[in-house]
Amino acid sequence: MLFDSSSWIIAPIVLPLMAGLFCFLFTRGTFAISVVASIANLVTVVVLHRQLISFGPTRYVVGGWRVPLGITLRTDGPALLMLLMAAVTGVAITFYARGYFSFRIAEPKREGRHERQQRFFWPLWMMLLGSLNALFLSSDIFNLYVTLELVSVSAAALAALSGKPASQIAAFRYLLVSLLGSLSYLLGVVFIYKIHGVLDLDMLRMAASGGPALGAALALMTVGLLLKTALFPLHFWLPPAHANALAPVSAILSGLVVKGSFYLLFRLWFDVFPGVIATPALNLMGLLGAGAILWGSVQAIRQQRLKLLVAYSTVSQLGYLFVAFPLARLENGAGVWTAVTFMALAHACAKAAMFMAAGAIFLQVGHDRIRDLAGVRACLPVASLAYAVAGVNLMGLPPSGGFMAKWLLLTSSLASCRWWWGLVIMAGSLLAAIYVFRVVSRLFVIPAGEPLRACYPHSILLEWPALILALISLLLGFAAPYPLQLLDTAQSAMALFYGGLP
Amino acid sequence: MTWQGWLLVSILLSSFLPGIIIFSLPEEKTGLRTTLNLLGSGTKIVLVLIMNIGIYLGYSYEIRLPLVPGVEILLNADPLSSLFATLSSVLWFLTTIYAVGYLEDSPNRSHFFGYFSLCVTVTIGISLAGNLVTFLLFYEMLTLTTYPLIIHRGTAQALRAGGNYLIYTLGGGSVFLFAVVWLQTITGPSDFAATGFAPHLLQTHAFSLKIIFLLLIMGVGVKAALVPLHGWLPQAMVAPAPVSALLHAVAVVKAGAFGIIRIILDVYGIENLTNLGLFPFLTAIASVTVLWGSIRALQQDDLKRRLAFSTVSQVSYIALGMSLADQSLAVMGGLVHLVHQGLMKITLFFCAGNIAETLGIHRISQMKGVARRMPLTMAAFTVGALGMIGIPPTIGFVSKWYLGLGCLDAGNWWLVTVLAVSSLLNAGYFLPIIITAWFRRQDAPWPEEHQFGRYETRLMLLVPPLITAFVVLFMGALANARFSPLAWVRFIVKGYGL
Repeated sequence: MLFDSSSWIIAPIVLPLMAGLFCFLFTRGTFAISVVASIANLVTVVVLHRQLISFGPTRYVVGGWRVPLGITLRTDGPALLMLLMAAVTGVAITFYARGYFSFRIAEPKREGRHERQQRFFWPLWMMLLGSLNALFLSSDIFNLYVTLELVSVSAAALAALSGKPASQIAAFRYLLVSLLGSLSYLLGVVFIYKIHGVLDLDMLRMAASGGPALGAALALMTVGLLLKTALFPLHFWLPPAHANALAPVSAILSGLVVKGSFYLLFRLWFDVFPGVIATPALNLMGLLGAGAILWGSVQAIRQQRLKLLVAYSTVSQLGYLFVAFPLARLENGAGVWTAVTFMALAHACAKAAMFMAAGAIFLQVGHDRIRDLAGVRACLPVASLAYAVAGVNLMGLPPSGGFMAKWLLLTSSLASCRWWWGLVIMAGSLLAAIYVFRVVSRLFVIPAGEPLRACYPHSILLEWPALILALISLLLGFAAPYPLQLLDTAQSAMALFYGGLP
Repeated sequence: MTWQGWLLVSILLSSFLPGIIIFSLPEEKTGLRTTLNLLGSGTKIVLVLIMNIGIYLGYSYEIRLPLVPGVEILLNADPLSSLFATLSSVLWFLTTIYAVGYLEDSPNRSHFFGYFSLCVTVTIGISLAGNLVTFLLFYEMLTLTTYPLIIHRGTAQALRAGGNYLIYTLGGGSVFLFAVVWLQTITGPSDFAATGFAPHLLQTHAFSLKIIFLLLIMGVGVKAALVPLHGWLPQAMVAPAPVSALLHAVAVVKAGAFGIIRIILDVYGIENLTNLGLFPFLTAIASVTVLWGSIRALQQDDLKRRLAFSTVSQVSYIALGMSLADQSLAVMGGLVHLVHQGLMKITLFFCAGNIAETLGIHRISQMKGVARRMPLTMAAFTVGALGMIGIPPTIGFVSKWYLGLGCLDAGNWWLVTVLAVSSLLNAGYFLPIIITAWFRRQDAPWPEEHQFGRYETRLMLLVPPLITAFVVLFMGALANARFSPLAWVRFIVKGYGL
């Protein structure tokens, strides 16, 4: 074999980055390059999964430079599940973007704007995918900073693609917030390097001793990451940025990008510095999460525009990830790890599907005022169904992945007699039902007596990727044993090395 | 997987696959769609019959699919499942025929029949569920698959009714989920079992278990339309007639009632519940619902609304019978009413649909002389109504007879009074309809009359209610035959050692 089997780990980083480079260099065939890269990315992620199951977690030292100097990558259960999330959603988004841009370009009013958008979309998207993968695989807090920056710069550029003033402003604000978050994180990294003299996560895990300086460092990093994850009340930038972007970009931002910073935060808190975190901090996170669930849902219910509604629902769904924090320390904390992973996976698929469906609706109808969406199903049966199915996941009804996550969270909240978290979760589901059905009832009903809408012809790529993602999120509950096995493998192996994840 | 496992899967698939194919069919392929529907429902009846024979012979059916620790999908057919599954599959077949006739020439039929099939799939899923998690799974999916059917007409009224339906049922579903998780943290993951959970838990967790029981009953009580959670049901009658028939006789309301039965018999167990002292509470709620539903029914002029309130009242007979759980006769009355109420109520809704479709009549005050124009339909309606009142030899009489005997055995005189008063009220709101239709003269032209061929209405609309009315009339006389619902209920009760 040409490569050592552990070299597979660099493929998910190198492949999309190379593809991004090629897309930038060539004007033709950019879609083909991206499709090949995202499918190849999925394949390598599957290979990595197989390797993890047979050999356990691995580390890879890039260029042979050893820690503390070199760059190390490592695979374990949570990292690979995140990779899988990005890979699956990524393939769907790539196909959808094709359908989206070809519809745009086929519109009678030609300005050349859409060609330009497409021209920049592909390289940026591939760069983003590569840097997200790097974020999931990196094992060194400074490299993580670099990947965070790469992600935010390419994400902000993508958000600005649509070129409308509203989206320019939102994207600029997004960029500033993102940079602020990164800087805050970087400051924390500097503190930690000053204290411990190492950057590698595993070495830090062993070295971490607590103390006010480390606490301050963690606080800085946490605030920066929370800002990027848009946890209530730091969510102000998210709805305009996500709602005004082009639909495939909204899907990327809402489905994947926010998960990157969340993943890093969760890792730091529960994998690297579990001993340092005090219980009040965990409760605070839970409280903010609860606030996000309720506030985001209420805002989503109040929106008049479909894409804003979906964006606020992201704010609310992110809250669930944080409600897991105070529960993660308890006796069956492993269940909460599973819950968080499920929530992230299911939400990525469902939210991407929702934004894709919303984008398809926007293209067909020409607006996204919820009030006037009656009967869209006549034109977009598959996309409407995708929206509804993704909604089932957000409501947390069985058998979706969201249901599994909520079940696990509910179980640990009731088992530890902290039923109030359970109540928040239930309330969030009901509020989600309201905002989901507000739209679905419009989409699904074809008013009697009205002539059917005029439908523009569109490629199946505009609808089917959304439905497939939505179905994945719906059936994720049935696939539950697999992520569980992966997390178990990783955890038991980690336990052998370092005394275990929480 | 064994053949038993495959049988359960194919029972589910026999309506699921046609449903999925129907979604993708273009609107105008009526023939293919109808063929698929009938093929699916016919296959399902055959498969369910095979399953019943197997259960009678003592085979066990089980599929397990563990998901995460504590969450396991378990399909398991026991005699109780087969009671509900048989009812659903037989009545689905008839309703499909009816719906094909009813929706002739109306738009969006692919959509309608697709959800129709999915709805029956999840109803069967509810009947086969072997633990609370699986029950919850199908119970929530039932909400989702019935919603498009309720708002099918797309009018503002339908949307409002649909919204109300969702608020009630999703709210109930959340309460149910909360209770299921809570129960599981106490009892651990457990399957439905004839004895319920381990009795020693009563010593340590009596209070929690009481609260959980109330929450569980609230959760399923929404669909079973227990007062005061019944508000959605009368509104939901804006749905097309076949949907109302299905909702009231088979799917939603019955799923709730079935849930109550499961919780009492298989989750808590009769002995545990008696020790917790929760039965009187259930008896009280059921009695109030029986009376309140009837009283409200009396006040309605809209035919379907009257039938809807009558459902509120009648379904609670099931809960009433179950709440006298130490009396095997009362339990038998309750269980058998699950089937009997379905047969009678579906007849009534079919007939109401026929009258509305053929003559445009929606109100009872417009029904003067209808029986001369539509004698067969009204004959079927009359049989169904007499059954509801409980007149021998209909099946309604059998249910009430057993319920009454159970109450007498329990020495509970005021319950006997409740039953008697409720029968009087039933007579009070059904007899005027019958009298108006048969003995009054028509005094105004029909609101919107259609001529459908040689018979009083379309044949496909006429045959289903005649069949069910026939069963209502004669199954009561044959109640002791080996194939009657009553015999099967006796078989079930034996399994619980009553």
